[in-house]
Amino acid sequence: MPETPDPTCPLPRDAVVDRYFLEHRAKLLDVAAFLDRLDRSQAPEAADDDFRVEAMQRAIELLVDEKGDRAKRILELFSDPTPDPIPAAPMKGATGAYKEPK
Amino acid sequence: MRYIDPHIHMVSRTTDDYQRMAQAGCVAVTEPAFWAGFDRSSPQGFYDYYVQLTEVEPQRAAQFGIKHHCWICINPKEAEDVGFARDVIALIPQFLDKPGVLGVGEIGLNKNSKNELEILEAQIDLAAKHNQLVLVHTPHLEDKLKGTLLIMDAIANDGRIPPERVLIDHVEEHTVGHVLAKGYWAGMTLYPETKMTPQRAADVIECYGQERLWINSAGDWGCSDPLAVPKCQQEMRLRGHKPETIERISYDNPLQFLSQSERFSIE
Repeated sequence: MPETPDPTCPLPRDAVVDRYFLEHRAKLLDVAAFLDRLDRSQAPEAADDDFRVEAMQRAIELLVDEKGDRAKRILELFSDPTPDPIPAAPMKGATGAYKEPK
Repeated sequence: MRYIDPHIHMVSRTTDDYQRMAQAGCVAVTEPAFWAGFDRSSPQGFYDYYVQLTEVEPQRAAQFGIKHHCWICINPKEAEDVGFARDVIALIPQFLDKPGVLGVGEIGLNKNSKNELEILEAQIDLAAKHNQLVLVHTPHLEDKLKGTLLIMDAIANDGRIPPERVLIDHVEEHTVGHVLAKGYWAGMTLYPETKMTPQRAADVIECYGQERLWINSAGDWGCSDPLAVPKCQQEMRLRGHKPETIERISYDNPLQFLSQSERFSIE
């Protein structure tokens, strides 16, 4: 079991479940349906190489490793780990996951 | 419950948003200069925008009893053209002494490029020379962690602006600890989708405490919610947080940081 963090949320555990379970059950089903949709898409093998899908699959593993700080560690997993500024901005937006240069 | 929304782009919102915000308890807003969704074609476009921020919006807000303040800068999304950005920066000093102008912002990085960093450093220099507060935009999604660290390095390397006069915005679970540990103020921006939610903001408050932390909506022309701050207040209330805790995050802390500028007032 993970190390138990300080009990900083004022709600009792059962109240947290009562309040948030249905919302997050639905979000979990959204992820499952997204992965199913990828499987049903045309040329589904192409998605296997997509850096965003790969990052999501690694993030899903963090959800169940029982080490805590899941949100922080998943955000770190999606982040650019390099320290230096890039030569030029290729676009204004962001993709949501870091893509390693080939 | 009263609140201050210290980061919202009201030029992009309709007048009835002011009305709804006032009804929800908003007493003051601060509006950083930002990207309009398209690149402006000339420095004159920025001049007109700064006039809108300093003269037009305060009057619109006042109709609903909300005090309006603003921050002036060129945002990082339009910083890649360094020559253009420097022409815009040259316009800024004439606005810094206008009523309601709190400082330089929201400066920062977007894609963490060398040109963006050069313009960030130029605006840190501007803020230091004019003794201004600074409001910082951090990049979104995969660029946030790296950008946040580069921005704090740039401010520290300049060395003239103390951390307590800088608010680093759009923090999330992986950046808030870095920001608070270095003595900066940290802002959590609440979005209806894709980024920080009111629920996660309440989680961060529970994990990192109430010191130097605020919440804001960053409502703009995109998918955003000008009532995000009262929704986070409600989330905290339903979890059983004390009213003084909720008021500290949504009113007292913004008041404390912003009052470092003599031009901030809720009267």
